Amino acid sequence: MSQTERLTDIGPPKYDKYLPPIVKKNYGTWLYHEILKPGVMVHMAESGDKLYTVRCGTPRLLSIYSIRDFCDVADKYCGGHLRFTSRHNVEFLLTDESKIEPLIADVKKLGFPVGGVGNAISSIVHTQGWVHCHSAATDASGVVKNVMDALCDKFESMELPGKLRIALACCLNMCGAVHCSDIAILGIHRRPPKTNHSILNNICEIPTVVAACPTAAIRPARIDGKESVEVDEERCMFCANCFTVCPAMTLNDPLNDGVSIWVGGKVSNARHEPMFSKLAVPYIENNPPYWPEVVETVVKIVDVWAANARKFERMGEWIERIGWPRFFEMTGIEFEKYHIDDFKYAGLSYKRSAHLRF
Amino acid sequence: MADGQTNGKTPKLDKLDKGPWPSFVKEIKRAAEKNPMSKDLLGQLELSYEDKIGHWKHGGIVGVLGYGGGVIGRYSDVPEKFPNVAHFHTIRVNMPAGWFYTSDALRTLCDIWEKHGSGLTNMHGSTGDIVFLGTRTEQLEPIFSELTKEGFDLGGSGSDVRTPSACVGPARCEWACYDTLKLCYDLTMEYQDELHRPAFPYKFKFKCSGCPNDCVASVARSDMSIIGTWKDDIQVDQAAVKEYEDKGLNIQRDVCGNCPSKCMDWDGKTLEIDNRLCVRCMHCINAMPKALRPGKERGACLLLGSKAPIVEGAQLSSVLVPFMKMEPPYQELKDLCEKIWDLWCEEGKARERVGEFIQRVGLGNFLEAIEVEPSPYMIAHPRDNPYIFYEDYFEEGDEEDEDEDGDE
Repeated sequence: MSQTERLTDIGPPKYDKYLPPIVKKNYGTWLYHEILKPGVMVHMAESGDKLYTVRCGTPRLLSIYSIRDFCDVADKYCGGHLRFTSRHNVEFLLTDESKIEPLIADVKKLGFPVGGVGNAISSIVHTQGWVHCHSAATDASGVVKNVMDALCDKFESMELPGKLRIALACCLNMCGAVHCSDIAILGIHRRPPKTNHSILNNICEIPTVVAACPTAAIRPARIDGKESVEVDEERCMFCANCFTVCPAMTLNDPLNDGVSIWVGGKVSNARHEPMFSKLAVPYIENNPPYWPEVVETVVKIVDVWAANARKFERMGEWIERIGWPRFFEMTGIEFEKYHIDDFKYAGLSYKRSAHLRF
Repeated sequence: MADGQTNGKTPKLDKLDKGPWPSFVKEIKRAAEKNPMSKDLLGQLELSYEDKIGHWKHGGIVGVLGYGGGVIGRYSDVPEKFPNVAHFHTIRVNMPAGWFYTSDALRTLCDIWEKHGSGLTNMHGSTGDIVFLGTRTEQLEPIFSELTKEGFDLGGSGSDVRTPSACVGPARCEWACYDTLKLCYDLTMEYQDELHRPAFPYKFKFKCSGCPNDCVASVARSDMSIIGTWKDDIQVDQAAVKEYEDKGLNIQRDVCGNCPSKCMDWDGKTLEIDNRLCVRCMHCINAMPKALRPGKERGACLLLGSKAPIVEGAQLSSVLVPFMKMEPPYQELKDLCEKIWDLWCEEGKARERVGEFIQRVGLGNFLEAIEVEPSPYMIAHPRDNPYIFYEDYFEEGDEEDEDEDGDE
């Protein structure tokens, strides 16, 4: 009988099952922490215990072989304990300070950089892209790899004025919810859906497709004798919500898909309240494998911010202080019609005062 | 069009296996040495780099028996060229809270995945799950059975409670204002049914951040954002403040000058804080962790409704409960969530997130329906438009009725 019984709804391992002994002992009694050098922190407990953390960047897409390499490092130095962060970094937890340098040497030999702590860039939160997604307007891993190759020194050091969080989502579904990042790289479609009228009514529910459109651009229609839908292309804003509910409405299009860049968002409450990222560059074409135009734009924005922001100032705080006209002037990014919102509550983003800097 | 498979060469991707940042191409190649799925994934990805388009078909519903979520179906649109990725489904495995592992646990997961899938993972997915990237339909049940035997279960997908996630919390952070790991685990266990069997209008995410630094981005990425905070005074060690100044921190300019509520002053000896004005932003504490700590009366602020753009536009969560103690069994929080779900499941439209639902019906009406008193903590400012939907008005003769009521 027990052989046919299925285990279900057991949930994840209990939250304290894999905690290192030093963490169990000092749980909830940490006093303060210090950053010892890029990628290395020490946390002091009330008991006097010290816990050292070494943080390493990963590509997020990891083979089981690299995970086993991490396990070997954890076995050698950390009693077999390790954790990951919310931004795809791996962290090794140590109690013996003298093991920090040998551990760092081993991890670097494996090809993983150490850093991402304090006023640095951390790993880029990102999505699946062409590796695994059906609605991707760009690749995720490839763009991230190129941008991080260019900014890796800023992961491995702490020379920036404040924290810098970059995120990438390969379409507006935003599985990476990138809309509150210092710099967001967002894949975009730019061509209205190509509708496959011959199969639409067989595989999709027409009322659902019509209801899926946030701008009411989709109407039921009879086309070539078949029940289908028609799209008012002027109202289409390429959100791909119709595609999500109906495979016969294709948004993916190699000629028009590409990348947009957004700046100045944050989630932390520190100093300024959380903010959305705002549009910096409406469109850059997909140019694999290096995406040089995307990399160049991101690096330019980072460099101008790094050279001009005050201590602790995040991208959005800096822009708020200097004003958007100066942001566009200093970065050399052209301001165009697309930067002006025209969706719901667009007027709230217009400049509604005479507070202008010249 | 060139075919990535005919010669097994991947010139475009090869360009990305060097450089200082660790390479995803190297990872795929490493798995491809032993695994034909990963080999074909590499070929298909090279084709995408040539064609500038993804080569995956739309969705596909697959799963394990009795669950409606946890597996994302994926099929190649060029299976004749890359037969080993004809099926390439993703499995979401519910991670341990705070992403703590032992090497044994990770090796166990790797062994299961080596046997039954591509050998590629995401550590971790955007919601926080361990993502097993790519397997065939017939492998799903064996994987599920081996996972559960080892104490792991699937995460959420589709219109259900998504895998709750938590920051590192009291495990390693001095700023945790409640036990994020414990709450995350408790909610995950309490709502296993809601997590595995989609029955909502759309997804519902929980994220537990221990303090207003919000390391799991709950205010932007979860329907129910549970952000630790405190009510009493910031704890100050004046001698340690002075130490920071002595080590070169310009406290008046960089700490007090950056305080959003301008509630603090530094005279070179003493840091004065007007705690009644403090907005609990964390800046001063972040800048001087050895000298300042959150107060002792701790709990969480609950904010509701954040989401990415699809369908009606992106939103940040907004305050629902300014302060709630976060202690097991968390009944007040759970009762509130269940009231919200009851209403939203009854009145919400398909694919309408809770935040969009609130925008549609109005926060005032929403609060009334879930029986929460409106409070000025919930708004940035009162309405500035006079189009008010008054619900009651007087008719001639009403006054007597009122008197009658009053006399009772």
